[in-house]
Amino acid sequence: MPKQPAELETEVTGGEKPSGDSRRSLRDMLTSVPQQYDPEMQNQIIGSHHTLESVTAQISDIALKRPISLGWLISMFVSLSLLALMFVSVMYLILEGVGIWGVNVPVGWGVGILSFVWWIGIGHAGTLISAILLLLHQNWRTSINRFAEAMTLMAVCCAGLYPLLHVGRHQYVYWMLPFPNTMGLWPQFRSPLIWDVFAVSTYFTVSLVFWYIGLVPDLATMRDRAKAPWLKKFIGFFALGWRYSTRHWQRYNAVYLILAGLSTPLVLSVHTTVSWDFAAGIVPGWHGTIFPQYFVAGAVYAGFAMVINLGVPLRSFFRMKDLITMKHLENCGKFMCITGNIVFYGYIMEVFTAWYSGVVFERYLTFDNRMFGPYAWSFWLLIFCNGVFIQLIWFKKIRTSIWGLYIVALVVNFAMWLERLVLIPFSLTRDYLPSSWHMYYPSFWDYATFAGTLGLFFTLFFIFVRLLPTISMVEMRELVHHEHHVDELGANDPAVTGGLKV
Amino acid sequence: METKQENSIYGIVAEFSASEVLKAACRKVRDSGYKKTDAFTPFPLEGLNEALGARDKWMPFIMLMAGFVGAVSGYTLAFWAMGISLPLNIAGKPTNSWPLFIPPTFEMTILTSALVGVVSMLILNGLPMPYHSMFNTPNFDRASTDRYFLTIEAEDRLFDEVETLEFMNTLGADNVSVVER
Repeated sequence: MPKQPAELETEVTGGEKPSGDSRRSLRDMLTSVPQQYDPEMQNQIIGSHHTLESVTAQISDIALKRPISLGWLISMFVSLSLLALMFVSVMYLILEGVGIWGVNVPVGWGVGILSFVWWIGIGHAGTLISAILLLLHQNWRTSINRFAEAMTLMAVCCAGLYPLLHVGRHQYVYWMLPFPNTMGLWPQFRSPLIWDVFAVSTYFTVSLVFWYIGLVPDLATMRDRAKAPWLKKFIGFFALGWRYSTRHWQRYNAVYLILAGLSTPLVLSVHTTVSWDFAAGIVPGWHGTIFPQYFVAGAVYAGFAMVINLGVPLRSFFRMKDLITMKHLENCGKFMCITGNIVFYGYIMEVFTAWYSGVVFERYLTFDNRMFGPYAWSFWLLIFCNGVFIQLIWFKKIRTSIWGLYIVALVVNFAMWLERLVLIPFSLTRDYLPSSWHMYYPSFWDYATFAGTLGLFFTLFFIFVRLLPTISMVEMRELVHHEHHVDELGANDPAVTGGLKV
Repeated sequence: METKQENSIYGIVAEFSASEVLKAACRKVRDSGYKKTDAFTPFPLEGLNEALGARDKWMPFIMLMAGFVGAVSGYTLAFWAMGISLPLNIAGKPTNSWPLFIPPTFEMTILTSALVGVVSMLILNGLPMPYHSMFNTPNFDRASTDRYFLTIEAEDRLFDEVETLEFMNTLGADNVSVVER
């Protein structure tokens, strides 16, 4: 028997649902988490007071109704200043050449390349959240996937700049692409560097498409809610005339799921290819089969740290604590814990392999140079950050406190930058021939370019949070719908259990 | 005679406030034999395609085929460039050093499949389409928030302005309206 519309009305839009609450408390008793007033909502993925209307209004109003605040202007000012610094450093680089950086003859790859790797890595958490967690039915991803995907795009933009800047003769950048030319030349398809061109450009394109397609129904919502006619038309242009048709939804869902399925191996392939840039070289300290695995883990690790670093200010700034709850942040912390320890395991295995291989050059680099050489400080600082400090995340107290999590995430982001510094340029300082050894010191312009790309990243990010829905409204409505219809769907709905089990 | 009048009607639209009522209504509409129907929901509602009798299984097939095309073209590009157009001896590797051509082949597979999938989804959905008669429905802007709509188009074989309207009135809708083109 279908229920009466009046009953359903209260179920769909009403606040308190006795049956749903009793189920939740039963669940809480089973997992022995005490039910109490919980301002940060540690065990929920959405505030229980939310309705279809309220989530939609709360998210779209940020872009449509909220006036520009002083905080946003200040953030934008800082980001734009850094972006200006990027323009200055890029202009100077193009005028003078890569000599303005600290790179020298044995150390051809410096801060430029390591920042490329760092940025690409940051992006990976976005894809992991949007694709892999979607396939695994982790519903808690819903409120963080949109901005994590945006983070991916912006990070890949920043990353993509570096190889272009690093080539030295910028007018020939397009030679990296395979195209018929009068010289009869082709890029070398046997080289990991050209694989990288394919991987990064595919990654950017697919991430962009995935993000935009996810955004289309939300843009349609914005179109429907915008008041000014010009704004309706402007947003409507990008909404492609989406009208929420069921016949459209099913094709859309099929494509969205398959895109998630395609992105999953893609994200693994991208950082694997990045690591091959090094592992396929015979430089001591680079030439290891452990590279792809721990590069991927390190990428996800840094990416989740960035999600925390961006998500925490975002939720307090736009008062979205009931949408991005402590549960989300804690789950990101757990991911950091897993991947961080995989990375630490990678460090240990690198040292072990260097010793076990019996190769004198590997042993020299790892023990005499990395551990006790001129750059020993960087290695031990790295071990402290990624090996010791990260273990704090095992403690629930730290994992569930905003400041604890935030500080750990900041340290992780720093440490992952440091890791690439230790691995990439510092390995190059000592190769097979002592006569070619040379120290590496990054110059002012190295740091300026890196700070500049931070400016680019944050400028794009602040524009994004101001103009577009930072949380997928469609998926939030779906989540609310599931929360309200839990009795019909059964107890094992991930929307109720909050995804990851504690 | 009455063709002019019929042509100006897009269809009859029922508005619901609860998803279950919509789903039940969809089943009734399907069982009554209407084909040119559509439902509009603020989020993809599970099982509504089946309730409406609207299943389209082309997308996975299209994307799979596009993936094959991408794979073949990716490998061919690498093989042709390295083996035929510019054969260079690099570290004694064979001209068709296939394991080294796998990464670009893989990336091309993903890229082609993704782009073709999205473009064909838009084409099959008839998008972009900035204007559509459905937007004339009263209250339709709430289809993106918390209202559910069901339409039977005037082009349907069984459509009759009076009978269909009567039928739609029995579905438990909050509001039924005749929508102009």
